[in-house]
Amino acid sequence: MKILGIDGSGLVASVAIVEDDNLIGEYTTGYKKTHSQTLLPMLDELSKMIELDLNTVDAIAVSAGPGSFTGLRIASATAKGLGLTMGCPIVSVPTVDAIAFNMWGNSGIICPILDARRGQVYTGLYRFEADGTFTVIKEQCACDFHDIAEEINKLGEAVTFLGDGVPVFKDTIADIIKVDYRFAPAHLNRQHAASVATLGSIYYANGDCEPAADHRPEYLRLSQAERERMEKERLEKEGKA
Amino acid sequence: MNSKEIKILAIESSCDETAAAVVVNGRDVKSNVISTQIPLHTLYGGVVPEIASRKHIERINQVIEQALDDADMGLEDMDAIAVTYGPGLVGALLVGVAEAKAIAYASGLPLIGVHHIEGHISANYIENKELKPPFLCLVVSGGHTHLVRVADYGKYEILGRTRDDAAGEAFDKVARAIGLGYPGGPKIEKAAHEGNPNAISFTRPKVSDGVYDFSFSGLKSQVLNYINGAQMKGEPVNDADIAASFQQTVIDTLCEHAAMAIDEFKMDKFAIAGGVASNQTLRAAMEKMCQEKGVEFYHPSPILCTDNAAMIGAAGYYEYLAGRRDGWDLNAIPNLKLGER
Repeated sequence: MKILGIDGSGLVASVAIVEDDNLIGEYTTGYKKTHSQTLLPMLDELSKMIELDLNTVDAIAVSAGPGSFTGLRIASATAKGLGLTMGCPIVSVPTVDAIAFNMWGNSGIICPILDARRGQVYTGLYRFEADGTFTVIKEQCACDFHDIAEEINKLGEAVTFLGDGVPVFKDTIADIIKVDYRFAPAHLNRQHAASVATLGSIYYANGDCEPAADHRPEYLRLSQAERERMEKERLEKEGKA
Repeated sequence: MNSKEIKILAIESSCDETAAAVVVNGRDVKSNVISTQIPLHTLYGGVVPEIASRKHIERINQVIEQALDDADMGLEDMDAIAVTYGPGLVGALLVGVAEAKAIAYASGLPLIGVHHIEGHISANYIENKELKPPFLCLVVSGGHTHLVRVADYGKYEILGRTRDDAAGEAFDKVARAIGLGYPGGPKIEKAAHEGNPNAISFTRPKVSDGVYDFSFSGLKSQVLNYINGAQMKGEPVNDADIAASFQQTVIDTLCEHAAMAIDEFKMDKFAIAGGVASNQTLRAAMEKMCQEKGVEFYHPSPILCTDNAAMIGAAGYYEYLAGRRDGWDLNAIPNLKLGER
C-alpha cells in the first residue's frame, strides 16, 4: 500500500510517500514561499528522486485542517486534482492529530497548539498507550488557550507542547500550566507529511476515505462574514423575543 | 485535415463562478460548465471572498468532471490545461490554479496560465469565427473596465481603464442604494425599462489627464446625492427613473470613449466583453454607434459574457500556439496586469 501525504496547513509545506512500513521519501520546508510555489514543485522533485510512478499510489492523505484557510485549500485542491487524474481516493487526516503523531511513543500527554489568532488555538489532547495505540483524549478544536490549559491542569500529567503556537504562547504556558511540561525540538515540532501519510494509511486500511470530488477542508471555523451574519440574526431574534 | 486539433481543458475560479470547459482550437466549445454562487453571496449583498473560496473547493472536481463528460472526452484526449491565474480574488484563484497544476502534473500535460481579461476578450472568438485581430475591445464587468486595442493574438494595448470603480461595481452600488439588491447589473437593467433615461441629468464622468480612462465612483456619488437631496426635501424619488438615467449615463460614457478610440486608431472592428456586455441597452447603443461609423460590431452571447471557462480555453489556445508553458510554481496573481507578461 502506497500513500502520498500532503500538508499545507501552516507555514510548513510537506509531501511524503509512505509504502507499507517504509518512508520512501519526504520533502519538508518551513520557508516563507507560498504553498502555491512550493507544494507541487516539491512533489515533482521528490517523485523524480524516488522514481515514483504516480499510478502506483493507492490513496492521497491530506492534512485536512484546521489551519491557514488558504494553505488548507491549496493542499486540498492539489490532492483533489491529483485524485481526479489518478482516479484515487483521498484520506482526510485531522491536522492536529497528524502533528501529535510526530511524537509517537512519547510518554505523557501530547498537546499540539497551532496559532489561530485572536488568542485562540487549534489544539487537541493525545496519548500513546503502552502498546503504541494512539488515543485521542480531546478531539481537535478551536478554543481559547486558557480553556485547553485548564484541561491539561486537570489531567495532572506531564505534557509535551508542539506546533507553531508554541512561540506565541510560551510565556502564557509558563504562567498558567501547573503540570510538568516540555517543548518538542525542531525536527518534530511542526507538520510532517510522513505523519499524515502514516496516519492516513491506518485510516485507509480501515476503509476510511472519500472520493476526491467530495473532499473539502475542515476549517473548524466559519468565515467572518458568516459569523457576523449569524450574530446579527441572533441579536434580531433576541430583540423580537 | 492536415493540422492536428488542439483540445484544451480550461478552468476558471477567479470570483464567484466555478467553471470548466473543453475547447477545440480556441473557437469550438465542446462543453462549458458554470457553477454559480450568486444566490449564496446575495445574502451578503456582494461576493464574500472566503465563502467564494470555500465553495470553489467543494465544487471544482464535479465541475471539471462534468465538462469532460459533456464533451464526451477524457483527460487523455486533452493537449493542455489552461487556468485563470489573475486578476481576481486571490483565495478563489488559488483553488483553480492548484487544481489545474495538479491535473496537468499528474496527466503529463502542459500548463497554461491565462489572464482573466484576455479570456473575456477572447470570448468574442468563440461565436465570431471570422474575427481576427486587430480590433478594439471594451471590457466591462463587475471588477473591470478596460478599453483595449487587440493588436494581435496575445498582444494588448490598454488605451483606458477605470481609475476607481468598475462599471459593474457602480451598477451594484447604485442597485443597493435604491434597494434593488445584488447582483446590480441585471436588476438595474430591468428597472430601467420602466424608467425615463432622460429624467435626471447626471454628469458624464471625465478624467482630466487620461482621455480614455473612466471614473464611475463620482457618478455613483451623484446618484447617492440625488437620493439624499430628495429625501431631505421630502420629495419622492422614482427608482426606475434613477436606474434608467444612471444606466444611460454609463452607456453614453462608454460609447463616447469607444467612438473616440475607433476614430483615433482607425479601427474597423469593435467588440465588447465582460458581464456588463450582456446589458441589452448597452449592446444596442454600441451597435448603433458602430453602424453609424461603418464599423463591424462583435459581442459574445450572455452565457459567454459572464465568467466562464470556455473563454479561458479560447485565450489559452492562442497562448498555447505562442508557446507559453507555465511551471509547477505558477501562482495566483490577484492584480495581474493586462499585457505585462
